[in-house]
Amino acid sequence: MTDSLASIQILYEGWILHALVWLPILGLVHVMTSAGERAKNVAFWWSAAVFVLSLGLWWTFDAGSGGFTLESSTPWIESWGVSYALGLDGISVFMVLLTTLITPIAILGSFEYVKTRRRAFYALMLLLQTGVTGVFLATDIFLFYVFFELTLIPMYFIVGIWGGERRIYAAVKFFLYTAVGSLLMLVAILYIYFSSGTGSFSYEAFLAADLSMREQLWLFAAFALAFGIKVPIFPLHTWLPDAHVEAPTPGSVILASLLLKMGTYGFLRFLLPLFPGASQHPTVVAVMLALGVAGIIYAAWVAAVQPDAKKLVAYTSVAHMGFVMIGVFALTVNGLQGGLVVMISHGVSTGALFLLLGMMYERRHSRLIEDFGGIGRVAPMFATAFVITALASIGLPGTSGFIGEFLALIGTFETHAVTAIVAATGVIFAAYYMLPMVQRVLFNKLDKPENRSFADLSRREMVVLGPLVALMIWVGVYPTPFLERMEPSVQVVLERVEGARTAAHRGAPERMIVDAGAGEEAESRAATGTVDEEDQDR
Amino acid sequence: MGSVASVLTSGVPVQEAAHWEPVLPGLIILLPLLGFVINGVLALRAAGWSSAEVRAGREWDPFAGSERPSTHTLPTWIGPGVMLVAFVLAAWNFVGMFGAELHEPVIRSYWSWIATSTLQVDAAIQLDQLSMVMMLVVTGVGFLIHVFSVGYMKDDVGYPRYFAYLNLFVFFMLVLVMGAGYAMMFIGWEGVGLCSYLLIGYWFTDREKSDAGKKAFIVNRIGDFGFLLAMFMLFQAFGTLDFATIFAEAEGHFAVGGGTVTAITLLLMLGAAGKSAQVPLHVWLPDAMAGPTPVSALIHAATMVTAGVYMVVRSGVLYALAPTSQAVVAGVGVLTALIAATIALQQNDIKKVLAYSTVSQLGFMFLGAGVGAFTAAIFHLMTHAFFKALLFLGAGAVIHSMHHALHKVNSHEDAQDMRNMGGLKDRMRITWVVMWIATLAIAGIWPLAGFFSKDEIIWYTAAWAGAEANPFGGLYTLYWVVALVTAMLTAFYMTRLMVMTFHGETRLEHGARSHLHEAPRVMTVPLILLAVLSVFGGWVNVPPALSESALGFFGALPMTEWLHHWLEPITHDAAAIQVAALGEAAHDAPLLGGGELAWALVSTLAAAVVVAVAVRQLGPRRVPTAAEDATPPTGLRGVLYNKWYFDEIFDRTIVQPVLAASRWCWSFIDTVIIDGFVNSVGNFTRLAGWFGSLFQTGQANTYAFVLTLGVLLVLGAAVFL
Amino acid sequence: MLSHALLLSAVLFVIGTLGVIIRRNAIIIFLCIELQLNAVNLAFVALSRYTGIEGQLFVFFVMTVAAAEAAVGLAIIISIFRHYKTVDVDKFNLLKW
Repeated sequence: MTDSLASIQILYEGWILHALVWLPILGLVHVMTSAGERAKNVAFWWSAAVFVLSLGLWWTFDAGSGGFTLESSTPWIESWGVSYALGLDGISVFMVLLTTLITPIAILGSFEYVKTRRRAFYALMLLLQTGVTGVFLATDIFLFYVFFELTLIPMYFIVGIWGGERRIYAAVKFFLYTAVGSLLMLVAILYIYFSSGTGSFSYEAFLAADLSMREQLWLFAAFALAFGIKVPIFPLHTWLPDAHVEAPTPGSVILASLLLKMGTYGFLRFLLPLFPGASQHPTVVAVMLALGVAGIIYAAWVAAVQPDAKKLVAYTSVAHMGFVMIGVFALTVNGLQGGLVVMISHGVSTGALFLLLGMMYERRHSRLIEDFGGIGRVAPMFATAFVITALASIGLPGTSGFIGEFLALIGTFETHAVTAIVAATGVIFAAYYMLPMVQRVLFNKLDKPENRSFADLSRREMVVLGPLVALMIWVGVYPTPFLERMEPSVQVVLERVEGARTAAHRGAPERMIVDAGAGEEAESRAATGTVDEEDQDR
Repeated sequence: MGSVASVLTSGVPVQEAAHWEPVLPGLIILLPLLGFVINGVLALRAAGWSSAEVRAGREWDPFAGSERPSTHTLPTWIGPGVMLVAFVLAAWNFVGMFGAELHEPVIRSYWSWIATSTLQVDAAIQLDQLSMVMMLVVTGVGFLIHVFSVGYMKDDVGYPRYFAYLNLFVFFMLVLVMGAGYAMMFIGWEGVGLCSYLLIGYWFTDREKSDAGKKAFIVNRIGDFGFLLAMFMLFQAFGTLDFATIFAEAEGHFAVGGGTVTAITLLLMLGAAGKSAQVPLHVWLPDAMAGPTPVSALIHAATMVTAGVYMVVRSGVLYALAPTSQAVVAGVGVLTALIAATIALQQNDIKKVLAYSTVSQLGFMFLGAGVGAFTAAIFHLMTHAFFKALLFLGAGAVIHSMHHALHKVNSHEDAQDMRNMGGLKDRMRITWVVMWIATLAIAGIWPLAGFFSKDEIIWYTAAWAGAEANPFGGLYTLYWVVALVTAMLTAFYMTRLMVMTFHGETRLEHGARSHLHEAPRVMTVPLILLAVLSVFGGWVNVPPALSESALGFFGALPMTEWLHHWLEPITHDAAAIQVAALGEAAHDAPLLGGGELAWALVSTLAAAVVVAVAVRQLGPRRVPTAAEDATPPTGLRGVLYNKWYFDEIFDRTIVQPVLAASRWCWSFIDTVIIDGFVNSVGNFTRLAGWFGSLFQTGQANTYAFVLTLGVLLVLGAAVFL
Repeated sequence: MLSHALLLSAVLFVIGTLGVIIRRNAIIIFLCIELQLNAVNLAFVALSRYTGIEGQLFVFFVMTVAAAEAAVGLAIIISIFRHYKTVDVDKFNLLKW
């Protein structure tokens, strides 16, 4: 019995990653060849099947020592050293599962919203899934870049074709903003490729590249710009509110839940391990933390005065991602794990918020908060789901948001107390932006006659929201299964950064430290545990 | 936890605390949660019917049919039922613990909540003497208030939703008091805040009420910010958030008066001030009266608002290590007590008076906790839970009756305004009697509960003021004087409330008077039980100085000093540290001298005089009704009437500036600077494109011609150069 | 011999190029493009005599592509004609923005 189980597992692990990446493409073909009316069902069932398949990862995934598992690599463009290489670790497994969960939910949530060119829409959604999954699974930098750019195209069309009034502006802004960043990243990738001299684009080869501090800082800047726009970090965030507001509901959901995660994932997967020296450079850390904190507070403030509910939620994304950034650049286990949990939590709760706003839009054709009021009286299920989601979003203990923010803040406090203190005011401001919206939408008088006919959740909508709400509470009450799976991989990232620190102080790669005396000085300071070492780039 | 250190220091071998097995402690927490789930499902069902009617343009009346729908009958049994079972379980455990002479907390861990390589937080509960007292208060008083609610909320459309929220509140409150660490406490801490938000805004279609709920939540979050930071610092220092470890190691970690421990305790105080409505974060509590009155009794008088006091007492060891923080806690407490009491003098809304009275009494508790009289603080918390719940429920009965009467004659007068009441004593006999009992209790009249608890706090303030090494001795003396004055004010404003409500001529219009009625039995029975507790509740902790005198019935009471001994394992360490730091407490009051007995006598006599004078003076006075009394008072009265303008000041100095800054960030930084830059990059590109397009004819032939020309040029260059 | 062939090829190519540049009728332009292609083909064939078989191979490629191009190009011209009722390229300046 156990033998057959084990053999099934081996079989499963052999093809699962490839299936997750390419099954949506098969689905895409199926969607394109089916009748327009049936396209949504076909797309939903394909993505649901992918989700069911991916669930196996939850049990079979073994964090082990934190490195990649289920690795496979096939040469793709041999002359350039590009291979089709996939792998899974404790960081990507949650992102992949989030992707496979959110996509069918977003598709199911779009049934009423998308009325035109359905085939094209659902084909693009599935293409997007392939792209996002590929980003999270690729262990070849070239392949990663291809997938990273691939996500841009379907999203561009989803916003541009099915979006709201200013969709063209939003789509072009989204595309150009992100393209600028990723082109710089491409340059940086090529630089590492040529300077490493291994002639390979594999992750390991990039890790092995020996870069001076000066090079690291420049490359870091290029990567950080690409991922920072994607995250988005303040002040690179202005594409987000526009894209969110104009995007159709499923587009917003995917954008918030998955595409933003590609940015923060990039920080965890590439920036910290590839440029360990630069990532702990005091100036870099200070800047990133400052931007993270600025995002938390600034976005919360701006969110609070938005008349448009969708824009409000878009800005809250910036605030949440600020927590991820400070958690990551705190360079502590708690901070990194907290950042990852915020990513999961934000994917679930903000995705749910966008779905709820989409439901509001479908019923009333308005996104303005002032057009609502008293909805709680006519749509109790809707109101309940809305309140729970809002509370998860502002991090009430017992919901997923709290676990993430708490860990991120406590991790930040360990190394950067002042940052954590300022960031913790975000807890207050979260209530300041979210509660007024909840009140003005759900509570107050039901004084607009058109809201009287506001329908409660349909069965389909309950199916859409149910898993998300359950997940918010699950992660809030029992996050241990998540934490224990991600911990080894987070440790690996951290050890690499730490390793570079000690190596730098021993003066091992001479290029890093010109002045041996300064190296000793830094080492003694590191020994006393101070984090504010001086610029090592002398 | 307390005993761990004490046992270690006294050299007695550590004994296993296994001789007492708690009976199903998890079930005590789980029962209200279960109640919430069942009532919640019923509530959603009822809300579904209601929304269908609203959509059809009608109002839903669940009571229109011949019998109540099951959604409105089941909660009657489920809501109070789970509370009763929880109370019985808690009492059972109490009896067990009582017999066991427990020295260490019993910790039950259920699952690992947050676990990283450095941070380990278990979903664990802690049973010790302190949490047991709190559990009994929460489930006991909570049960009575649930029963009262059955009568009070009987005709409300949202009946099941009300009980769902109430059960959920009790669940979180129990998590708060039973949690085995700061992180667990924080779950309850924010959870009760959530329930408070939901219950204040229970009638959510009313803009003002949901505003009040929102305000409560946001102000509470300011406090939670402090709590969070305190947790971070504690984690930094101890690597854990569990009470047991922290309190056992605190003395080794921190020197008395150290910066870190002072910062931690001050931040905890910020959290406590938010939750327990201490100046300047008290502004939410009076607004919170927008909720149903039993909610005010349960959440905003008896339990949730005392969570801050509980937390300070729980962290007693830390506070004992930080005398500055203690002085701050006591100072904030006494200041709050005074300010709230003065405001209460000029309020006309019966619930507002009680709200400010609550704030004031919480100030007393903080004074007690601040001067290190932890037992006294918990004692006052307990007695206050009895008599203030009674006062609120009594007020609820009055409002219920007034509302009914006014409704019958279609009057839109305010049912809560005392100026519209008067002379209710003849119509509501039971309510009148029990509320007088509670009034005398809160005024500190012997031998009612409030006398013993308040007197103990005031006395300890005086005693610690005289401690030799207390650097804040002078300050404590000031606190003591203010506390005495405030106690007199309390007697006055409570008497004013009673006189305006129950005595004199009724000011209700004639037609409505006959509709005034005593509350039904389901409401009066809890009132009577609470009245009994308000009378006898103070007898569990008669101080030794009083116990042998007439004030202590010449030692005839069986429970003299019981609470003090009961909480000994909790407070022992803190007390030892405090004595070591500040010296022994004095035996005479500062300034005038005199012992505890003398001052107890003085204060109760003074309070009695105030009550008597107030009745004589206010009784015959003719009170204008709300309609007649349209102009608000001016001068000092105006300041008090307007609550010292706290709301206005906060609005101008914090709320409006933040809002303005938010708008500015959006309209200027986001739109003008960032997007301005982004768009101008785009516009520049367009400009360049437009310039280039000047060379375009759009004719394919032209392009072909230019192309050919170019090719020829290149070829020519290659050939001839 | 070779020079004759190359000369012919050059003349044909120049005629084709001039046709593309000067003529306005899309069909004629199209035919001129074909003329250019064939001029190149002629050069290929002629040169393959001296350099090897690759030149002739390439001619097949060009012919294949030309056939495909003819199909697509004519289709475009037809749809343009349907839309504008003319094939005069001077009437189209969609390329100017």
